[in-house]
Amino acid sequence: MSESSLVPTLEVVENGEPTVFRIHGRHVGDGIYQGAITFFAVCIPLLVALIAVEIAIAGWPTFRHFGLSFLTSSDWDPVKKRFGAAPAIYGTLVSSAIALLLATPLALGVSVFLSEFAPHWLRQPVGFLVDLLAAIPSVVYGLWGIFVLLPLLRDPVMPFLRDTLGLGNTPFFSGPAYGPSMLAAGIILAIMVLPYIASVSREVLLAVPRAQREAAMALGATRWEAIWRAVLPYAKSGIIGGVILGLGRALGETMAVTMLIGNRQEISASLFAPGYTMASLIANEFSEASSDAHLSALMAVGFTLFVITIVVNAIARWLVWRVSRSASGQAA
Amino acid sequence: MAGMARESQRQRAGGMTAATVQRPSARQRAVSERTRRGLGRRRAVNAAMLGLLALAAVIAVLPLIFILTYLLVRGAGSLDLNFFTHMPEPVGEAGGGMANAIAGTMIIIVIAAAFGLPIGVGAGIYLAEHRGTWLANTVRFLSDVLNGLPSIVMGIFAWQFLVRPVGHFSALSGGVALGVMMIPMIARTTEEMVRVVPVSLREAALALGYARWRTGLTIVLRTASAGIVTGALVALARVAGETAPLLFTAFGNQFWSTSITQPIAALPLQIFSYAISPYDDWHRLAWAGALVLIALILVISIVARVATRARFNTGSGD
Repeated sequence: MSESSLVPTLEVVENGEPTVFRIHGRHVGDGIYQGAITFFAVCIPLLVALIAVEIAIAGWPTFRHFGLSFLTSSDWDPVKKRFGAAPAIYGTLVSSAIALLLATPLALGVSVFLSEFAPHWLRQPVGFLVDLLAAIPSVVYGLWGIFVLLPLLRDPVMPFLRDTLGLGNTPFFSGPAYGPSMLAAGIILAIMVLPYIASVSREVLLAVPRAQREAAMALGATRWEAIWRAVLPYAKSGIIGGVILGLGRALGETMAVTMLIGNRQEISASLFAPGYTMASLIANEFSEASSDAHLSALMAVGFTLFVITIVVNAIARWLVWRVSRSASGQAA
Repeated sequence: MAGMARESQRQRAGGMTAATVQRPSARQRAVSERTRRGLGRRRAVNAAMLGLLALAAVIAVLPLIFILTYLLVRGAGSLDLNFFTHMPEPVGEAGGGMANAIAGTMIIIVIAAAFGLPIGVGAGIYLAEHRGTWLANTVRFLSDVLNGLPSIVMGIFAWQFLVRPVGHFSALSGGVALGVMMIPMIARTTEEMVRVVPVSLREAALALGYARWRTGLTIVLRTASAGIVTGALVALARVAGETAPLLFTAFGNQFWSTSITQPIAALPLQIFSYAISPYDDWHRLAWAGALVLIALILVISIVARVATRARFNTGSGD
């Protein structure tokens, strides 16, 4: 460090205006520093653009050749170079929907319990355990799914749903119980997105002003009524944001789903039947794709997934942002 | 409410003589009876919902316990010293290990950190220092977008960008893919940590004649460093277990390789290929690998927690 930069050299500059103190001019380092952090900041938009452009260019031949039928056709035949991604898109949506149906009530239950009812000593540990679910790698979920979840589904669960509960009469729970299925993928996804929904909901619930609860209880509401009538409506759009954030995770989840969904290019109403998702389609076929057309088709699938997740995430962020803004607006 | 209180006061005041006591009419009695019965029902609903919520909490924690128990039982049973020191053996030969995969994962993580850390921290500082400008808002939004990007998309991007032009898989491309995933997480924590550095510290440094860049690096960044290190470690723990971005970049390798321009083995990749294989020996190795991977992630997370605690909770006794 040079002597001059440490000791302030105040100079009096007279411009005919009131005296101005200036601290030895602007440092050259300032320019470099600002330039560097601006550069790093600009890297992020550049990276997003680069990812979008690279994948879009690689997928472009497929989009141009097949047009909309790429999204609606279920004919996926790399040998004949015909590509329709409908089964994969269907599988992605259905498995994510199952995940949300299972995970949302649970996640909401946990976060309401932890933020409103649970004794204080219980809040941190249970919250930590739920958050820990997010730390387990996808491939470990897949491993556990193959050796624990699938046998469980094959033996007691699926026959129970189909025969004992008599759900086999509906198209959704019919057919043989192999194990690898849309249902298995949905269940594992539910476990995986649960921590995301729970942590956002908890934050949103904690952001609800105390007065909201107290007013309801002062009017004679029970604690549940206060939560149901005063707290949840206030937090509603934030919680929906959390659920959509979980949806974003579920849509793009790859490894665990690839290991459990059975990977078959078919649209079947039955949740017991194997299916495919966009992510697992890429994971399975990419390294074996030999022709340029096949690679391009997989890139097109990737681009579709990219666009869907961006839209879903943007909606989620907007909803969460709206709640936090109105909460801080009330506090001010 | 105030009106009701006044009403009852007047009643009490007027209730000196029996004649003025207002007997509740039949209608009023019916209402109060309904209210009492309604209250009982409402309390029952309250208790039932409390029970359901507690049940939800229990069910939510169960999968974690279920998964960790299985990992410990199945993993610890197949874990031995060979796992850490030996190379994978062909099917049927006992005593194989994942030495190369463990080394590979370490190398990939280092590359990821080397790529993601400077960009993430730099962008985070920018976001904290230029709040509210349109560029900062754009960067923050796109950072969220990057964070939400499916990891498989990151994988095919890295393949298209770094593998296809070169013509072969490499550790470098895998590291970069993971590094890109770390950027938004690090940027977010850095921004938060820099923002909580007291303005007075910054002003004191400037008043002493420190140049802005010097204040930024030696005062602000240093004060925030513990938090940033924590954030970086958390990000590292998150990407250490990622498999999908490595499928077509690092690719995996049955042999010992530390070259960053060659395909390299990684724990998650090895777990994946062993898990979907039909051999019992390999399944055991997959469980052992999963246990080691989780342990690695846990160690990184715990170091991160300790780092935060040492910095923020000194003397608070928490």
